[in-house]
Amino acid sequence: MAFRNGLRRGMSGVLAAAVVAGGLSVAATTTLTGTEAQAADEQFIPLLVYRTGPYAPNGIPAANGALDYYSLINERDGGINGVTLAFEECEYRYDTKLGVECYERLKNQGPTGASIVMPLSTGVTYQLNPRAPVDKIPVHSMGYGQTAASDGRVFPWTFTFPTTYWSQASAFIKFVGAQEGGMENLAGKTIVLVYHNSPYGKEPIPTLQVLAEKLGYTLELLPVDHPGQEQRATWLQIRKIRPDWTFLWGWGVMNQVALKEAAAIAYDMERLIGVWWSSSESDVVPAGDDAIGYRGGSFHSPGAGFPLHDEILQTLYGGDAAAAAEKNFGEVLYNRGLLSSVYTTEAIRTAQAKYGNRPLTGAEVRWGLENLDLTEERLAELGLAGFTPPVKITCEDHEGNGPVIIQQWDGQNWNIVSDWIEPMQDVVRPMIEAAAAQYAEENNITPRDCSQEM
Amino acid sequence: MEFLWDFFVAPFLDMIEYPVFLGEVAISGLLTGVMYSLVALGFVLIFKASQVFNFAQGAMVLFAALTLVGLMEHGLPVWGALPVTALIMVGLAFVIERGMLRPLINQPPITLFMATIGLTFLLEGAGEWAWGSNVKALDLGIPNSPVDVGGMLLNEFDMIAALVAAVLVAVLALLFQHTPMGRALRAVADDPQAALSLGISLRTIWIIVWSVAGIVAIVAGIMWGAKSGVQFSLSLIALKALPVLILGGLTSVPGAIVGGLIIGLGEKVAEVYWGPVIGGAIENWFAYMLAMLVLMFRPQGLFGEKIIERV
Repeated sequence: MAFRNGLRRGMSGVLAAAVVAGGLSVAATTTLTGTEAQAADEQFIPLLVYRTGPYAPNGIPAANGALDYYSLINERDGGINGVTLAFEECEYRYDTKLGVECYERLKNQGPTGASIVMPLSTGVTYQLNPRAPVDKIPVHSMGYGQTAASDGRVFPWTFTFPTTYWSQASAFIKFVGAQEGGMENLAGKTIVLVYHNSPYGKEPIPTLQVLAEKLGYTLELLPVDHPGQEQRATWLQIRKIRPDWTFLWGWGVMNQVALKEAAAIAYDMERLIGVWWSSSESDVVPAGDDAIGYRGGSFHSPGAGFPLHDEILQTLYGGDAAAAAEKNFGEVLYNRGLLSSVYTTEAIRTAQAKYGNRPLTGAEVRWGLENLDLTEERLAELGLAGFTPPVKITCEDHEGNGPVIIQQWDGQNWNIVSDWIEPMQDVVRPMIEAAAAQYAEENNITPRDCSQEM
Repeated sequence: MEFLWDFFVAPFLDMIEYPVFLGEVAISGLLTGVMYSLVALGFVLIFKASQVFNFAQGAMVLFAALTLVGLMEHGLPVWGALPVTALIMVGLAFVIERGMLRPLINQPPITLFMATIGLTFLLEGAGEWAWGSNVKALDLGIPNSPVDVGGMLLNEFDMIAALVAAVLVAVLALLFQHTPMGRALRAVADDPQAALSLGISLRTIWIIVWSVAGIVAIVAGIMWGAKSGVQFSLSLIALKALPVLILGGLTSVPGAIVGGLIIGLGEKVAEVYWGPVIGGAIENWFAYMLAMLVLMFRPQGLFGEKIIERV
């Protein structure tokens, strides 16, 4: 009996320890989702995803969109010019440390190693930017990350296209200026930035401060700590400040709570504008009707009404719209993941034109990214006419000067409510160059001479 | 000099100049504090009866809310989903007692604490596995609109949440003070050895307290889930309850309430009046600082039982 009890106790201890260890090891796990065996003629793409944890509602649709496009390319076309795409997901729960661990784990996979990495996290991007030139793997931080990296002379391995937080901040100011009847009417107005208290949330502050000085509006900064489950104090301050406009720079649960709290103080939703990471379906659905009228930025269209969507629906889901909907088909973040994969495959295609139709190294894909010219015609061929503006990348400009569009939630769908807004490049580009120059100086980097680049 | 003025004088002038707004901040803080207390209560109940600091309480809140919303998504009406969720939480208490607590009887508290960390991962994983990781809306039909009370804008939902919490505490107080089961619970909390010698079953008590903590988790999950949508972040709400526990004491139900009120009030007033002076986002660490200050003078918390070690 004593033996049995001892054994049972011992087993329970082991079980408890296993549960703890199991739980910890769930983080940063990899799942093979591409071609099982990585053959010599495959192009390997690592997928850093977060399908669990506090930011999963944002990570899942983005991952599904990215995955669907790669799967479509493999199933419909047999890969890119005969080169099959092999991809592997690594789950990192939006934890910067685990994200870097995922990158390290996957960077040497495949016949030519990881050809590109899309971290989907500003924190991870900041960690990977200095590693990219060492590992010779380009980083594509699409609409997030370190804005200064848009200067390709200092950051040859990082790409921020089609647009950046600084461009978006300037586009927001242009938008609210237009709503006020002209930029000159912004003088004396108050704009509040409610932001995630992290590198991501702080990214637009320099631009908004420079523009505040230039245009004469008052900028109030209200940080919200991770995860942002409780924001009553923030919104009480907004009630006190009574701003003319509020920009929301949140992520995850912070967005949903912000919309609820805004409604709780009867804040005019039309005067609340969210960053493109704060304006997806998962952000507005929990707030219900309270979120009607809320607006947000984007760099592509919402919805599933494009020919590419039809092809995905038919090829991958056999026309079963309900099954596709389970995978967030056509949601804002699904479309963003889709667009990310379009950029990646088009960059590989561009690089193949130079290096041949074979698996490419990271350095070769970097060339493809730097020479990417996604024209209106090419977008139409891809089934994405009107989905997003054309983009052309150069050695100096890794951002592509992408315009921003404003969408609005009507309670059921996101609808486009503005024209494409060109960012204030006269303000943003000098800031990017100054920040990049400072980075170069601090890190002993000699900027490239782009006239010497082929 | 300007900083000293902004820090030591301006906030108080602000309070005097706009007393209605101060009232609004204070009442909003107190109402938020009640929400913290809801989470803290679960910790207290379990610690009181079994001396186990249940790290998994936040995960229980998430699991309960996910289960409730998951059942509702599968077509059960709320009045049907609620009792089923409660049954599942009671079932969970049985499983925890049988699979975790019973085999670890007489082990040091740290062992039990570690086991609850394991339980956290298990519940988080099970919840996400069973019901998915997407945000789920939880509409209770309670309006989120503001109500004007003497110039103060108060939230109707918060007031109803406070009412629910008050009812819950009253029911718990009745349960603890006026039922044989409550007496047994208190006996185990006071002296487990003596309670055992009187024939009180420790195992039954454990199942009861874990069940009650599970039901409290449902209430907390509903209230917090209605604010943010039901999603993984609910499990992090436990972090907001920790300073409440430090302040109120781990063994006191009134302590959880008063602690919640003090933390809620303190952090909102601090954030609104002193946050802008020192860069904002101070409420999280301010709550812990407030709790630590109390620890310096009363290590057992405001209402906790005094620790007497005889050697």
